[in-house]
Amino acid sequence: MNRATERGLTLLCWLCGLLPLAILCIVICYLLVRGGSSLNLALIFDRVPAMDALLGHQQVFDGLFPALCGTTMLVLLTLALALIPGLCGGIYLAEYASPLERRILGLLFDIIAGLPSIVIGLAGFSLSILLHRLFPGRFGPCMLLSAMALAFLILPYLVRSTQAALNSIPQSLRITGPALGASKLQNILLVLLPSRIQDIIGGIILAIGRAAEDTAVIMLTGAVASAGMFRSLLDQYEALPFYIYYISSQYTDAEELQRGFGAALVLFTLCGLIFLLALLVEQGFSRRWKR
Amino acid sequence: MAMGSGLLLIAILCMMAVLGWPLVENGRFFALFSTTWSPHAQAYGILPMILGSLRITVLALLFSLPMSIGTACLAELLAPRPLRRLLLVTIRFMAGVPTVVYGFVAVFLLVPLMREYLIFGSGFSILTASLVLAVLIAPTMIIFFVNGLQSVPRSYCHAVDSLGARPMQKLIYLLLPQAYPSLLIGVILGLGRAMGDTLISLMLAGNSVALPESVAESGRTLTAHIALVIAADFSSMEFTTIFACGLILSLFTVCLIVSIRLLDRFGTRGAQHREMSTESRP
Repeated sequence: MNRATERGLTLLCWLCGLLPLAILCIVICYLLVRGGSSLNLALIFDRVPAMDALLGHQQVFDGLFPALCGTTMLVLLTLALALIPGLCGGIYLAEYASPLERRILGLLFDIIAGLPSIVIGLAGFSLSILLHRLFPGRFGPCMLLSAMALAFLILPYLVRSTQAALNSIPQSLRITGPALGASKLQNILLVLLPSRIQDIIGGIILAIGRAAEDTAVIMLTGAVASAGMFRSLLDQYEALPFYIYYISSQYTDAEELQRGFGAALVLFTLCGLIFLLALLVEQGFSRRWKR
Repeated sequence: MAMGSGLLLIAILCMMAVLGWPLVENGRFFALFSTTWSPHAQAYGILPMILGSLRITVLALLFSLPMSIGTACLAELLAPRPLRRLLLVTIRFMAGVPTVVYGFVAVFLLVPLMREYLIFGSGFSILTASLVLAVLIAPTMIIFFVNGLQSVPRSYCHAVDSLGARPMQKLIYLLLPQAYPSLLIGVILGLGRAMGDTLISLMLAGNSVALPESVAESGRTLTAHIALVIAADFSSMEFTTIFACGLILSLFTVCLIVSIRLLDRFGTRGAQHREMSTESRP
């Protein structure tokens, strides 16, 4: 390989390598230019005073407030459903499972993690059909169903990150607790989990990010374009990602499009903040624990 | 805890059964693989969607591969140190950017450009979708590539360095050949993400059901088909085809994951070296 080829290849690497950064910059700039001007309180609350909307005195019709509320509720509900099984599953795989169990369950979780989100949405939808057949009455696509499907979606991430965190504990720390007379459960809860809490929390936050951004699942299991304010778990609801998708294909006038850009910017910022939080948790905690 | 895990497993299997049931009930599985989709003529072939999915996926992979390898090499070897860290953090951030935001920006930025300069149609085409998809799957691949390059045994690197190799020579003759199992795993994962993505192809590929003749035409993917049919109506045969799509996508995923497992098994010979080298590291 002569010098010239080498130079050429290096240059090519630089060009290719900086391309993703350039694309990210273009996306951010474009969103800021087109959506930045619409970013104010009216985007979220329309003309309703913010306090009234937050306390539920007045309905917001032309703002992002219902969609934001829907997404928040959805993420909280998903987390409530997935957190305990996810952590327990991770602990079980790392500490209790036999090698055979670990291999089979690991393969299963890998497959679930790789399933396209629309397939999971479809599974949720078929569940609603099944329930509808079993209990003839009103049980259609709703928030509870979406949360269940999303919980299923983020479960493998929680399990895997917990498992990886526990597996990375050095042997010396692992055997200290039992040597001092702690039972296995005490050792896990009081020594092993706290020592890796930053990785586990980081994993949870990233899972939250995934639940917040997913559109395909909620599209099939109950998100609609205009449901008004969130009312009950068994109702259809508005969500931010679905709103953006809806606007991109069905917008009727410039004002609506402007709101769509605003919504995209809000969602982008939200996911950026979640990522920053995960990063800070990882770095901050690790500094404290190393001291 | 063991019971919780067991229950989970059962729940998962139930979900799978529910997913596949209407198709078994129907029993007309193989009639689905014809090339025409026209509900009025009772023809429900999903072959155009399968081909659409494959085309978009392969194209996205072709666009994404050079970009990913370039970035990975840059982040691991060629760039100055502060830039490496910045690059890695940015890439991890890009993995978390909502798909729908990419789609939204592309609809209003890339589609008009395509319409003006490249394909002169509506601008919604397989090519447009695969370009955006390439950006979407790049972070997944880059993260795996970087991991693969990092896990090349330290002792080999020192040996090559002490022989006076330049960075590019080290990359071509040592790192890339040594790391190729994990490079392959990264590509497979990227393939899975590209195949499974719904929003990009739904928003950008145009969704026509005809068999596309070139990449500049509009096409429909399996994932987009599921979303569109559910949005359209709940009735009869048309509706059951989406379960066939779901099944194909699931089977595809299972194949990918199993192949990754097998690759990993082959890679374990390298892992022994790796352990030895980590011990000798200061």
